[in-house]
Formats: sequence, C-alpha cells, structure tokens
Amino acid sequence: MVTRLLTSLALASAATLPLAATPAFAQEKTEFSVCWSIYVGWMPWGYLEESGIMDKWADMYGISVDIVQINDYIESINQYTAGAFDGCSMTNMDALSIPSGSGVDTTALIVGDYSNGNDGVILKEGTSLEEIAGQTVNLVELSVSHYLLTRGLETVGLSEQDITVVNTSDADMVAAAATSDVTALVTWNPLLSEILAMDGTTLVFDSADIPGEIIDMMVVNTEVLEANPDFGKALVGAWYEVMSLMAAGDEDALSAMAAASGTDLAGYEAQLASTEMFFTPADAVAFTESGDLPATMEFVATFLFNHGILGEGAPSPEFIGVQFPDGSVYGDENYVKLRFDPTYMQMAADGAL
Amino acid sequence: MSTIENGAKPVAGVEHGPPPRHHPLRLINRAPSRRLAVFLGALPFVALVVAYTAASHVRRLDNPSDRLLPSLESIGAAFFRLATERDVRTGDITLWVDTFDSLTRLGLGLGVALAFALVLGIAIGFLPHIRSALAPFIAAVSLIPPITILPILFIALGLGETSKIALITLGTAPVMIRSMAQAVIDIPREQMVKVQTLGASTWQIVTRVVLPQMMPKLIAALRLALVPGWIFLISAEAIASTSGLGYRIFLVRRYLAMDVILSYVIWITILAYLLDRLLLWWSRSAFWWSHLEGDSL
Repeated sequence: MVTRLLTSLALASAATLPLAATPAFAQEKTEFSVCWSIYVGWMPWGYLEESGIMDKWADMYGISVDIVQINDYIESINQYTAGAFDGCSMTNMDALSIPSGSGVDTTALIVGDYSNGNDGVILKEGTSLEEIAGQTVNLVELSVSHYLLTRGLETVGLSEQDITVVNTSDADMVAAAATSDVTALVTWNPLLSEILAMDGTTLVFDSADIPGEIIDMMVVNTEVLEANPDFGKALVGAWYEVMSLMAAGDEDALSAMAAASGTDLAGYEAQLASTEMFFTPADAVAFTESGDLPATMEFVATFLFNHGILGEGAPSPEFIGVQFPDGSVYGDENYVKLRFDPTYMQMAADGAL
Repeated sequence: MSTIENGAKPVAGVEHGPPPRHHPLRLINRAPSRRLAVFLGALPFVALVVAYTAASHVRRLDNPSDRLLPSLESIGAAFFRLATERDVRTGDITLWVDTFDSLTRLGLGLGVALAFALVLGIAIGFLPHIRSALAPFIAAVSLIPPITILPILFIALGLGETSKIALITLGTAPVMIRSMAQAVIDIPREQMVKVQTLGASTWQIVTRVVLPQMMPKLIAALRLALVPGWIFLISAEAIASTSGLGYRIFLVRRYLAMDVILSYVIWITILAYLLDRLLLWWSRSAFWWSHLEGDSL
C-alpha cells in the first residue's frame, strides 16, 4: 500500500517536475533562447536565424542563441513568462501586463518599431468613428486592438459603455468580417488590409492617429541580461546588421521575410509602410529616451488597470513600476518590473559591439 | 471430479489433474473492501494535488508573483470572487452568467444532436432504403473535423449563438446517429419476425419495439457525446463570444491568469461529472432492465 502511494506520488511529481524547473536566473551561462511570432516588425528574427547572422554574432561572444518561432503570439509570451525562454518579441502593452504583471523583471532590449497604421478600426456602415456608438465591435479583447479602440473612443468623447465588445479570435477575423452581422471591427495587419479590400469597409481610426503608443520590442529577462551582458550584445548586434540590410533594400533579406510571413515582396513592403521601423540604433535610442514614452506607458497602465489585467492584487495603475532611460519611474519604485534600457542599442549606435 | 474450491466452476479438460496445493484467488476475483475502494479512488487525486502544490511552491519561492502555478488558496479565492462578486463593468456575477450561457449552448447543441440521432438513427437502422441512402453519407460526414469548416458556418449562420450550437451539433450528431443505427440493427431478428407474425405495422414496431429499446442506448450515446460536446463548446466560445466558460478561459489567458483558468477548469470538470452521473442515474432508474448485465462505469 505504502509502496503504491509512493509510486503514484513519484510518478505525479515526475510529471510536474518540468513545471517547477524555472531557469536558474542570475547565473552566467552560454546557451540562450528567445522566441518570436509572425508580425511584420518581427520578421527579421526569423531571418536572423535562417541567414546565420545570429550564429555569427553569438560565436563572436562565445555563446549560442536559439531563435524559436511560436505560432501563437500569446502562447509565446506565456512561455517566456513561465521561464522557458530568455527573451521574446512582444508589444509594450503585453510586456507590462503579462511578464511584468507576473513579477518577471523584464527589460526592453530592442525597441524595434511602432505601429503607424498597422492597427485600425473598420466600420461597414458609417465613415467616421463617432458612428460606432451603439454597434457591436469584433476584436481580440484585451489586445492592442482593444487599447487602440479605447484611445480612439476617447478622442470622440465616447467610452466602452457606448459599444458592445465581442471577443473574436484573430484567426477567424477575416471570415467574421465577411458575415453580415459584423458591422464594426478592430484588427491588425495583414488582416486589416485584407478586410479593407472588401466592399463597403471604411478605416475610421488607426494607430497612425496615436503614433508611438503601440511599440514592438524584443524583451529579455532582466536578471539573465545582467548576469550575461554578452547575450544582450549579440542580440542587438545581430539585429542591427539585419536592420541595415533592410534599410538598404536588400532584396534577398526582404523576400525571405515576405515569404515567411505568407506574402510576397510587394505585400511585405506595404505592411512595412505602415510600420515605423527603427532601422538605425540611434533612432531607436532617441525614441526610447523621448519624453513621450512615460505618457504612453501611463495610458497603457491605466487601460490595463481599468480592464482588471494588472492582476487582482493591483490597487492602482501604478502597481507595477516602469523605469525609463533617465532613471525615472512610473508607478511603484520598489516594484520595478519593466525597464526601458537603451544601453545596448546605444552601444550599437556607437559601433561598440 | 475434483472438489470445487472458492466457488470456481470446473473447467473442461483440467478436472483430471491433481488439485493445486494452494488455492489462491486470482487477482481478477479479488475486490477491495468498500473503504479500501474509496481510499484507492482518492489516491491519484491526492497525488495530483500534492504534486501541484509542491511545483507551485517551488515556483513561488523563486517569484512570489508567479502566475503559471498559483497556490491552491489563490485558485480558491479566484473561484469565490467569480462566484460571489459582481463584475464592475457588467454588473453580473461572472461565474453564473458564464455557466448559464455555456450550459444553454451545450444543452441546445446536444439536444438537436439527440433529435437527429433518434430520428435518423432509427430510420437508418430500421429502413433498408434509408440506410442505403444515408449511412455512407453520415459515415463520411462524421469524419470531417467540424472546426475546419468554421468559416462556412459563420457565413451561413452568422457569428451569434446559432453557429456555436451548430458546431456542437455537427461535432456530436454523426457519431450518435451511427451508434443509434447500429443499436437498431443489433435488435435480435427474432423479435422483428415475432412482432410481424403478431400483425404489427412498421409504425407499431418503431414505437413499441425499437424505441423503448433505444432509450437507454440513446442516453449512453449522449453520455459519450458530452466529452466532444464540451470540447466544441469551449472552441466555439473561444472564437467569437461575449460570455461563457470557454470565453472567460481564453480571455484571461491573455494575461496568464491561471488562477481564474484553473478554477474554471475545476468547475467545468465538476459540471461535466454531475451531468454524466445525472444521465446514468436517469438511465438506471427509468430503464433499469438495460443495466442488468454487469457494472457500468
């Protein structure tokens, strides 16, 4: 009997053991892995891996960096948060709500781009945002689409009380848009342009109206970065090598990224047009150090708090501390979990990598 | 003829050998006492809880705010909050609204599937012409994963309740129809011959011979359909919804609120178990004669 009890216990613990094994933080190591998902501004990560540019930079620092594509965006963030990866591509909003909200100290290592029209509000009936009042709106709830809509509603004196939000999977957004009972929706590219190509759809608000608020980044675990600066240097160095290829219009690189995102060169370039890529590290540093970032993060934190996403224990939007390059902190200074640190991007700008 | 020990029947061909020195009960004939049975049944559950608690504890030692494996207390607190407090934004008590909406969808979806299974199952099993016409088609349709044709369902039925209910029905009805048809075919030929010699019409055979024998089989098919039924319910609610158990799970997954997800998972498990037991109880009390052979799980 006792044996049987022990056997089942041992089996059960063996099954859950991988869950308990978080990476040994704050330790020097030589093998790293980062994850990314398909999005116009993150396609370079796939190219970094397949072109061997990442390996070249990793070898230079005597480490190895594995870049893994995850098909589901949220799952990639959850995997990073759970400790399965040392870094992951995500937006400023999701970085604050998921890893930072879960107590994982996270640093925005590379500020890659901001959405400048890649996210938008579409109406089937009506040509201005005011007309959205009273409609049901299909979107991925609690995503940047939801944030964009809330910011848009504010600009026309409406609030979420004036509409009904229907949580709709991004995978089914295009099919949903084709049905007659969907009259208003919010989504991102390439879905956005696909839906706008349908008859009778009008773009009434997009992220170009709130430039610089939806930021796409590569974030890494702060403790891993502090213990292994070479990891940060290799990632940043490799990233800006590909950025310079893109800025120069390197057809091989751009075609490879286009193919990986399921479109052709023209389609990918169209998506890039509504993305404000920071091709040079100096631009990224300037954006990160600009005075607008704290205001943006306050908007984001307020949105997350109002929707109950900062966590049950969150008494206010200032629950989680967000640190900016000048050392100033929005929120709790004793609980800083998200850091905008341009140190490594500055090294790239100075040619010090 | 050797003496019969332990109530075992003599087996042809072995009764001439010398009797074995010991007469141990074979493992298959030894049953645990009632108390031991309860203890054994509880064991895997206890092991799971212990293993979870340990893993959760280890993770939270590392990061007190870890959301992946929340403590049992915070799962309980999340459940209590969702079951008792009104949501600030909607004014509803989240858990009950979600449960009501989900059970309505599940009930309607399975109800429609049940009606199809009853009518088509009997028709296919009983009438050779209909069997020839529909059996291959139903067999083929039952192999289509319903989730793959979802965009067509959306266009045809809209994004509202109808397409969710249709997904559950599509996912469960074909298999139920096939098992009903098979059950009708399995009715002993002698019964059919006998009632026909007694002068029964086709309609009388259906209502007096086939239908009564189908009822317990229908409940059994429904119990089995509950499993895919829940899966399709959750998938449907994940795609486009404003309420429901699946909606909530996929929504809070966006910020890794595993305390909410796990309390919903436990709640769904309890609901599904109760539904299954309810159906079994109904079958046993109303159709006791079909439970005379052996135990049922």
